[in-house]
Amino acid sequence: MLEFIIGHFNNATYIMLMMIGFYAMIGKTNLVKKLVGMNIFQWSIILFVVSLSAKRDATIPIVFGSHSSGSPAHLDASSYVNPLPHVLMLTAIVVGVATTGVALALLLRIYRRYGTLEEDELLKRIRSSG
Amino acid sequence: MNIHQSATPILIVIVPLITSFILPLLGWRHRRLVFPVSVLALLCSFGLSLVLAGRVLNVGPVEYFMGGWEPPWGIAFYVDHLAVLMLLLLTFVTLLVAIYSKKSILKEAPDQEVPFYSLYLILVSGLTGLVSTADMFNLYVFLEITSISCYALVSLGRGVAVVSAFRYVILGTVGAAFYLLSVGYLYSVTGSLNMTDLARILPGLYESNAVLVGFAFFVIGISLKMALFPMHAWLPGAYTNAPSAVSALVAGTTTKVAAYVLARVMFFVFEPSFSVETFPVTTVLSWMAAVAMILGSVMAIVQSDLKRMLAYSSIAQIGYIVLGIGLANGMGFTGGILHLVNHAFMKCCLFLVAGAIVYQTGRREIHTFRNLSRKMPLTTAAFTICAFGMIGLPPTGGFFSKVYLILGAIDGEQWVFVGVILVSSVLAIGYLANVVRYMYLTADEDEIATEMTVSSHGEPDREKVPLTMLVPMLILAAGVILLGLFNGVVVSQFIDPAIPIGLPR
Repeated sequence: MLEFIIGHFNNATYIMLMMIGFYAMIGKTNLVKKLVGMNIFQWSIILFVVSLSAKRDATIPIVFGSHSSGSPAHLDASSYVNPLPHVLMLTAIVVGVATTGVALALLLRIYRRYGTLEEDELLKRIRSSG
Repeated sequence: MNIHQSATPILIVIVPLITSFILPLLGWRHRRLVFPVSVLALLCSFGLSLVLAGRVLNVGPVEYFMGGWEPPWGIAFYVDHLAVLMLLLLTFVTLLVAIYSKKSILKEAPDQEVPFYSLYLILVSGLTGLVSTADMFNLYVFLEITSISCYALVSLGRGVAVVSAFRYVILGTVGAAFYLLSVGYLYSVTGSLNMTDLARILPGLYESNAVLVGFAFFVIGISLKMALFPMHAWLPGAYTNAPSAVSALVAGTTTKVAAYVLARVMFFVFEPSFSVETFPVTTVLSWMAAVAMILGSVMAIVQSDLKRMLAYSSIAQIGYIVLGIGLANGMGFTGGILHLVNHAFMKCCLFLVAGAIVYQTGRREIHTFRNLSRKMPLTTAAFTICAFGMIGLPPTGGFFSKVYLILGAIDGEQWVFVGVILVSSVLAIGYLANVVRYMYLTADEDEIATEMTVSSHGEPDREKVPLTMLVPMLILAAGVILLGLFNGVVVSQFIDPAIPIGLPR
């Protein structure tokens, strides 16, 4: 069992982070904490996808040597890290930042209107304002 | 059929996208220009979709490689019969709603037309991109473009709209995150993101745990995005509190596109045999859809607010579409896609009518609609036609899509679902006929007399809804009937060639 977890270290980590985020989204009543939970949830997945490209004894995907010194046939793909997951997650981070921005703007408007970010208090005030 | 290259698919996406960035600059000095320019951009997209439809029907599927990079390395756009049907639907509906929004948004969210139209165009480019892309990660980006603009549009509403929008952000992001996770898993085993390439590699890996997990996360993520029961919590609030034009837009397009993505990945990226037998999500989806159809309708019956009622009805209608996909046979698939098109027209029109009623009378509660047919004859007529479509009376489109769905259920020998479709249709009478009854029948003579005298003193109290709002509603209502009369054309030209290989006909 322990070996299985260590063998799938990245999986275990991302699931743990994901569950922390999940808990915050469900269990916390403060809307900002919910948002933080949502962020942890997103980043856990980004972390996981980046970890997919990790490789022992591999280096950054920049070809060493010049064009004259070696032909591409000599390249050993297994000694380079796959850059694609990193690039994809860069895009996902940008998307995540945009979502967070929109959510924060919404929170600002909620606070200005109702004067609170606690969910139970907010529901009470919505009900009383009709 | 031979695939050929063309830049039209990308132009449909790019034109609204670029215009949306020009709009804020334009709106700075010349606010009056914002509306015509955005309508022009949408008209351009619609025209290009028509051109593309002609191409696809005559020659065959069209594809475009971004920057000339061929897949699996580059991002490809791929438009086949099904995708071009969706493009036509999306560009047409969004064009009409944009025209409608001019006056409506002025009243419901004053001074917001510049951000409104910018977000609107971003939303359209996200939706059209979702439909035409052939790259799994590109699909994620478009999914989020669509969702983020939706969050912002919903929050333009008054009152609790912001709170509903925040809830939508949280749940929508969880859905997107699940989708991203599934892309990560699929990439980890296949090393590819292109749909055609994935369809080639995946059959050898169907036993792999990573593929199974990836597929499960995909289904959950997309179900959240399209508000399939029991993941519909964000929908009623968002639809009810958003401005009417936004409700119509979101109800008519975003959830439909998510359903399209579900069908696309389940049957085209994976083989139908995988989705039906190896990992039987179709069965689970069908049952979830059946519960959605019944529960959504029952919840709709007990609502007193028209927009909230329509929102719950949307949950039920999503059930029809998913049931059609989940039946996993030719007839069911045809019914599901046909219902998707019909429902986009009907629900969009119903929300537009709700907006028009708010515009003229300021009323939203159903029991206050007494005598409304005398004040707004054309608007209530449009509502009635769409209500008939939702119930499924011939010759509206809703009748034919339900016939296909029932035939599909019979083909699959799923007798429970035949019953569920019929019961849900009866429940639809329950909530829609009630509204129609209030609009037409429940005014007693005295009341009419007093109201008439009151209105005769002032200006005549008839159809004060401006023409830009009235015409889109009437076109959509006419569309509901035309879709019924010409459903054979839609099915034989667009849906039949797109039925996935491997589904029993």
